[in-house]
Amino acid sequence: MNNRLDVLYRIGGYICGFALLFAIWHIAAVYFVRSILFPPPGRVILKAIELLQDGTLQEQVAVSLRRIMTGFAGGAAIGIPLGLAIGSFRPVRYLLEPFTEFFRFIPATAMITVAVIWFGIGEGSKIFLIIYTTVFIVTLNTAAGVGAISPNKIRAARSMGASTRQLFLYVALPATAPHILTGMRLAMGNSFVTIVAAELIAANAGLGKMIWDARLYMLVDQIFVALLTLGLLGFTADRLFRWGIYAFAGRFSPTA
Amino acid sequence: MPLIELSDVGKTYRSMRGASYQALKDFNLQIEPGEFLCLLGTSGCGKTTVLNMVAGFEKHTEGRITVHDRPLSGPAADRGVVFQGDDSLYPWLSALGNIEFGLRMAGIPRKERHERAHYYLELVGLKGQGHKHPAELSGGMKQRIQIARVLANEPEILLMDEPFGALDAQTRSVMQKELLSIWAATRKTVLFITHDIDEAVTLATRIGVMHAGPASKLKATIDVDLTTEQRDRTNDGYVTVYRQVHALLRDEVAIAMKRASS
Repeated sequence: MNNRLDVLYRIGGYICGFALLFAIWHIAAVYFVRSILFPPPGRVILKAIELLQDGTLQEQVAVSLRRIMTGFAGGAAIGIPLGLAIGSFRPVRYLLEPFTEFFRFIPATAMITVAVIWFGIGEGSKIFLIIYTTVFIVTLNTAAGVGAISPNKIRAARSMGASTRQLFLYVALPATAPHILTGMRLAMGNSFVTIVAAELIAANAGLGKMIWDARLYMLVDQIFVALLTLGLLGFTADRLFRWGIYAFAGRFSPTA
Repeated sequence: MPLIELSDVGKTYRSMRGASYQALKDFNLQIEPGEFLCLLGTSGCGKTTVLNMVAGFEKHTEGRITVHDRPLSGPAADRGVVFQGDDSLYPWLSALGNIEFGLRMAGIPRKERHERAHYYLELVGLKGQGHKHPAELSGGMKQRIQIARVLANEPEILLMDEPFGALDAQTRSVMQKELLSIWAATRKTVLFITHDIDEAVTLATRIGVMHAGPASKLKATIDVDLTTEQRDRTNDGYVTVYRQVHALLRDEVAIAMKRASS
């Protein structure tokens, strides 16, 4: 009962918060800025409906999302085992730390030009960039998660007869899972930043490309539709992740 | 023949800078099967180091440690460990899942696992709480789960490192009584670390008092020949043992305090 009330409060809060955001936007656009360059929410929504009806919006969203998902899955698939290895074995850590510590200071946006030169303006360069932006965050968080396992958890398993393989599967992996999910959540945010930047600079399709094309013809409404869509997509993806972390970790940790 | 034997055991820690600290030197102790031995000492005397070495978590640097006359090679399921804090429990598993852990590692079928886990859950007085996760349980309940988890694995030796040290006085006294009845029912060999004389006199069949560190060793052992009824603070027999232990420990406390302040 209490729980349901809590959910209601939260949903109510979200609805009011978003309504307030749109109200401020509306007032600012209609009464203060009064410029064709800053459309009010109503016009943007009408434009969004128009773009939905002729299918352009879905098409661009699908292109961008597919790139994010492919690169994100690839990046996580590389980052998780890498992080587990770095966290578990000291020689691996010493060997790979120069890589992670070096590349994490070169942002994915700085790699766009190189990626386009190497992989062209199509899917290849985008997926490479998303993998790039995902791998290091997931690796670092996973490795930190392994490092945060209390030694007594390992010792207890050892004195209950766990083999090294069992220790990894039944202790290290579940103990690290919340850290892995947190790393993936951060990486998801970065993926949105990276994909738009990459599509702005060089792409044949996608939400970033949509913004860039609209700029050429001064289609301000269309730019705002793309921005709104990005916000909504990012928000939804992040909620899904938070829900995933909560479903996994909330059961046993009141702080998650 | 003793079950656990430590002969002339020494342990020297070396720091990264090359400084070394000798925690134990010429430490000798024999533990017979079925004994409940409490190792008592001031803080920093190396009593936890003794337990960690018997558990196989740390390697001794001198001497010999044997179980069943065989030298140790790391931790194993014959020596179950109950830790002081709750950070050894697995928060992603339920109470039952924690208790079953060792049996799962040994590949015991699900049905038998459940039966044994339920038996030990009941033995530690947590019947009906098996579905809860550690975060939903109090400190005392978490220690009960640790004890059940170790017992379910049916080790020959129980190693307990101040398991009730973090509990409030009431809960501690309840847990001590329950541990005694569990011990009476299972007759495991127990090595129990504590710095509390009352706890030692309440639980032990023999008490080992350690010198203050560094280079600590066993000062003396005292047999505690008391019945369950006599293990009460107001009992004459209890008081006699308490005085004996206190006399042995008093000087060591003074030495430890002088060393700490200098």
